[in-house]
Amino acid sequence: MASAGTSASTPIAAAADSGRGDSAIPAVLLRGLTRYFGERAALRDVHASVPAGATLAVLGRNGAGKSTLLRILATLLRPHRGEVALLGEPLPRRAWAVRGRVGLLAHEPLLYRDLSGRENLSYHAALHGVERGRVEELLGAVRMERRADEPIRLLSRGMVQRLAVARAVLHRPALLLLDEPRANLDPAAEELLEPLIGRACGATRVLTSHDPRSALAEADLVLALRDGRAVYFGEPGGIDEQALRELYA
Amino acid sequence: MSTAVAGASRGRAPAWLVVLRKDLRLELRTLETVPAMILFSLAIFVIFHFGLGRQSVAGQEAAGILVVTLLFASMLAVNRLFVAEREQGGFEGFLLAPVDRSALLLAKASALFLFMAALEVIAVPGFALLLLGPPLGRVLGPLVAVLALADGAVAVIGTLVSAIAVQTRARDLIGPIVGLPLQIPALIAAARALGPLLVRHGSTSPPGEWLLVLALYDLLFALVAYAVFDFLLED
Repeated sequence: MASAGTSASTPIAAAADSGRGDSAIPAVLLRGLTRYFGERAALRDVHASVPAGATLAVLGRNGAGKSTLLRILATLLRPHRGEVALLGEPLPRRAWAVRGRVGLLAHEPLLYRDLSGRENLSYHAALHGVERGRVEELLGAVRMERRADEPIRLLSRGMVQRLAVARAVLHRPALLLLDEPRANLDPAAEELLEPLIGRACGATRVLTSHDPRSALAEADLVLALRDGRAVYFGEPGGIDEQALRELYA
Repeated sequence: MSTAVAGASRGRAPAWLVVLRKDLRLELRTLETVPAMILFSLAIFVIFHFGLGRQSVAGQEAAGILVVTLLFASMLAVNRLFVAEREQGGFEGFLLAPVDRSALLLAKASALFLFMAALEVIAVPGFALLLLGPPLGRVLGPLVAVLALADGAVAVIGTLVSAIAVQTRARDLIGPIVGLPLQIPALIAAARALGPLLVRHGSTSPPGEWLLVLALYDLLFALVAYAVFDFLLED
């Protein structure tokens, strides 16, 4: 596995400098990103660059910093050091400019348990200034029209995940942050959601998965994290089975 | 505020109103807060009734009992105000939206104000039945004005304290420990303003200076809350 260093001469920094689209502005640009929780560095000196429309798979065992990275990209956490730019806008200074263009599918569905799926989606649609018709369109797309008026707490976890996907893509985000997007989904539901959060959706995607092989299969770029440090950033072909085993060891 | 205002100008409901409607719908659905506040208040009136060993109270004593009871009951709402946001991802859902963060402050303060108003619709007549000597009918207008100003203080300070408390493990303690001392000036002003109204054949207009104190206190904490609320939502 190639090691990801920190200076501008390393492959990771070079990739961060150039992106894959060369002159195009990367959708996600990280330069020396560091984030602490108390004394502990959850992310340390992470570099990466993701061109628009590409998929970045973030790999690493539990506690490696994957969810922290996604929360920083979602503007929910501030970076403590380094630079982060999303869709050409630097964070956290211009976080307000990208908030409506980022969709987050997190561990938690971010839905109120005592409201129905329709009420939850309508609430988020109103906050994002999205037309009401989009709610009905997405309820249809995730096949939840028939149970759209039941409180979330009465639905199965798979159904809740389908609604969470609908919430994440409600405002047609240019950047999708997907934290274990297929959790609780059966194969049929995975297929159903593919047009919304799969490669075909057209958005730039940053995803984590408990299944690194499936994440690699749909990634254009891979960022491997170990204890908050980037140990690999590059094409999926550059990471082999042995490296994957070491990463999750 | 620019994004929220821009949204409103395009015919969208302002973000604070969207959040407020959601909060009221949640409360109507779950009935977790206002009924508890009402039952708590009525229980306190009954306790005072037997504890004081008197059939009725009036004047400053009555005003004190009413205001203190309402203030204690408000703590039940303050402790729960942001619980759904914390436990069900409401904070993240809101923070991901392209709206001004102060919309959440305005929505939560409005919700708390409305919860207090709903409480008083039941609790004040309950107080009149269980404890109060003089009739309330002739001072209803001034009473509502004083309580509205007092509710403003409860709403603003309560929202601020609740936003702090919900970030901590001891959120049930932070509300009363931090919130109640901050409410003392408003409590004094409200009780002094109500006292003359709750006397048989007493004044029908509350003392202007205490109303002014209440209004200024509301304004002061509204400005403080507006200034610091964004920082409370930071990680």
